[in-house]
Amino acid sequence: MPLSVQETEVKNPPVSRPPLDPHLKALENEAIHIFREVAAEFEKPVMLYSIGKDSSVLLHLARKAFYPGRVPFPLLHVDTTWKFREMIEFRDQIAEKYDLDLVVHTNPRGAEEGITPFSHGSALYTDIMKTEALRQALDAGGYDAAFGGARRDEEASRAKERIYSFRTPDHKWDPRNQRPELWNVYNGMVRKGESVRAFPLSNWTEVDIWRYIQAEDIPLVPLYYAAERPYVERDGMMILAEDPRLELLPGETVQQGMIRFRTLGCFPLTGAIRSTASNLEEVIAELEIATVSERQGRAIDRDQSGSMEKKKREGYF
Amino acid sequence: MTATATSPSATILPFAEPLKAVRDTRPLRLITCGSVDDGKSTLIGRLLWDTKAVKEDQAATLARDSGGQNDLGLPDFALLLDGLQAEREQGITIDVAYRYFSTDRRSFIVADTPGHEQYTRNMATGASTADLAILLADARAGLLEQTRRHATIASLMGIRQFVLAVNKIDLVHYDKAVFDRISHDFREFALSLGVRQITAIPMSALKGENVVYPADASMPWYDGPTLVDALELATVRSTQAGGFRLPVQRVVRPGESFRGYQGTVAGGSVKPGDSVVILPSGTVANVKQIVTFDLVRNAAVAGDAITLVLDRQVDVARGDVIVSLDGQPMTGHHFDAQLVSLQPGGIEPGKRYWLKSGSRRQRVAVEPISQLELATGKWQPHASTLAMNAIGKVRLSFEELAVFDAYDQNRSTGAFILIDPDTLNTVAGGMIIAKRAEIGGIHRADAPGGQRVVLSLPADLAEQLMASELFANRRDETEVKRMTAKQAADLFSNAGGDI
Ligand SMILES: Nc1nc2c(ncn2[C@@H]2O[C@H](COP(=O)(O)OP(=O)(O)OP(=O)(O)O)[C@@H](O)[C@H]2O)c(=O)[nH]1
Ligand SMILES: [Mg+2]
Repeated sequence: MPLSVQETEVKNPPVSRPPLDPHLKALENEAIHIFREVAAEFEKPVMLYSIGKDSSVLLHLARKAFYPGRVPFPLLHVDTTWKFREMIEFRDQIAEKYDLDLVVHTNPRGAEEGITPFSHGSALYTDIMKTEALRQALDAGGYDAAFGGARRDEEASRAKERIYSFRTPDHKWDPRNQRPELWNVYNGMVRKGESVRAFPLSNWTEVDIWRYIQAEDIPLVPLYYAAERPYVERDGMMILAEDPRLELLPGETVQQGMIRFRTLGCFPLTGAIRSTASNLEEVIAELEIATVSERQGRAIDRDQSGSMEKKKREGYF
Repeated sequence: MTATATSPSATILPFAEPLKAVRDTRPLRLITCGSVDDGKSTLIGRLLWDTKAVKEDQAATLARDSGGQNDLGLPDFALLLDGLQAEREQGITIDVAYRYFSTDRRSFIVADTPGHEQYTRNMATGASTADLAILLADARAGLLEQTRRHATIASLMGIRQFVLAVNKIDLVHYDKAVFDRISHDFREFALSLGVRQITAIPMSALKGENVVYPADASMPWYDGPTLVDALELATVRSTQAGGFRLPVQRVVRPGESFRGYQGTVAGGSVKPGDSVVILPSGTVANVKQIVTFDLVRNAAVAGDAITLVLDRQVDVARGDVIVSLDGQPMTGHHFDAQLVSLQPGGIEPGKRYWLKSGSRRQRVAVEPISQLELATGKWQPHASTLAMNAIGKVRLSFEELAVFDAYDQNRSTGAFILIDPDTLNTVAGGMIIAKRAEIGGIHRADAPGGQRVVLSLPADLAEQLMASELFANRRDETEVKRMTAKQAADLFSNAGGDI
């Protein structure tokens, strides 16, 4: 006679939901497999947590993978100090609710040298406050594996990346010389200082992410849902106007409108879309007829073809 | 996909349609393969374009990056796949690109692999997980050695469904004779690989003919399926049949009273109450429960990531395999395998490598036995280093007991990679054929004077016999050759009356 899990002193007993459809189930199984494999093979893994929808799915999968145990590694948030206010609130709530080890790192050069997205341009700002900051945090923690929520459908160089993406001691990616990766047999052997970035969501698409969030009832930062919000138009993007550090340029005015975000990053570099989709069902319906890709709203990805590859070679996720 | 419109011209942006892919099946995983420049990336680019998987901003980027690439005024669809700077500079594919698209009927994961011989390892990466291969041949060139290499690797890795795309048919004036000749050549070659599910399609990847839209005007002589029709009809590899297999990835102990074994079911199914054996130790136990985050489950099947709880305290560690009491895998110190050598140093005889299979990593010595000669399809004796890109048969010798299924029985527990202990790079992908007899190291099949029986069977019946455990355990003593019914009849009539 099988015992129920409750009898085995498991915290947070799970809720029962209708079973996932086979497509999402296959993606979930693959992600859980990767989580477990990395956790078992590496000495000091960490999970990059960027608070967005992909990170939220990633975290949910990590909790599933190690249940009924705790998530056996910390979460790392690289905080540029320019994230949306609601993202930071959400991050702290989640860390508390799920009893997670959260490490937050900010590149001190930001404050010391006054580096902001306004003063230094998106490329240099991203390089220092995101890529360099990430390298600092990974070195400081001595992590030999870092999980990330990147998906291959996001961008052309990501489409080329392995699930275990090997990095040199200075965090470089060499796209011309990736290790073969056959079946689901992952090569986790690295020397001291070398590391891998592991991507459990590699084979998920944006639609899969949203369907999974719906099926599993995963909490998200409210900015993903449309609401009446203040914004200014700048460089063809709608920038959220709630942070006092946003200074209006000549001719700019704060407008109000129903907007939401398809991706979340640093508020001065992330454009909103006009939308009335104020709940999950509506967001999915809107996505299914979308004619532009999700990266459209991100200043840092628009620079030119190949800019993501360049950033990744330098250690970006 | 039902397409009534003709192929949209390149200047019109693809318009969005709601995604209607039914989600009641797993996605079909497929690769493109074939020789360099045969049009693999162009084909997948065109497929994404015609299935409306390219968004407006991506189409605009494509138009900008294409420049004036070809005389037809079409964008360079390969740029949708060849995303690395080095690939764009050289106009070739270097590494696999994974792309996702769906039609009204199902969803697909495509791996577009490089044709260049130097990057065969990246092709093998794509092939290892695929259910179907689209093999391209340039209509002007036919089957090349590299085409055969890719077809061979794909079939060794267990791909049983092939689409032969006779591409650039526009450059041979849509000549039916060219198509017929190349299809015939391939069918003959495929037979030697044991591949029988072949759909041959004349195509122009660039112009989108017979990709998503039929090409009745230019090829009235062709009335077969388009590529998308063929893909929609293909089958996703069935869940591994045979005994239960759970390679243990981790042991989870959240509290004193709970001890669970975490892993992904690699074959068969399991339910509470089942008797299982832990290998290699051989300890027996019963399944107490199957735990997942969602609920305590009453069964788990191949592919499920689970946590298994047993009814007694036993010694189980990462790398062990929990298997059903009936239908156990092979255990031993010596196995025969096929492998593809993937790195410049090749696979050296006698060198001790790391072998990883499932969640287990152990030391192994590798002795090459033979190498496949691609031009003739014959296995030639070969005991020295298997150079990069060689396909070889090898003997594996382990210091500690190893646990495997034959690859043709189980694509998870029969697969392995070799890791070079010096570079830590992955240097080979391998497939277990059978366990070697350990009596004095002599192959039982080598014993002279023994009686043999030659049978001629319908392929489906033979398939079933070979799937049996009895057969699998003695696979190394048997010889199997596939041929047409007519060839078999000839063989028997020539062999005289004593068989
Ligand atoms: N006329 C014509 N040209 C084609 C066709 N398909 C591809 N091409 C051209 O053939 C060239 C090579 O195409 P690719 O798609 O890059 O070839 P590939 O097989 O991906 O090459 P590798 O990945 O490097 O092995 C390009 O210039 C294409 O425009 C076709 O059907 N007709
Ligand atoms: Mg290509």
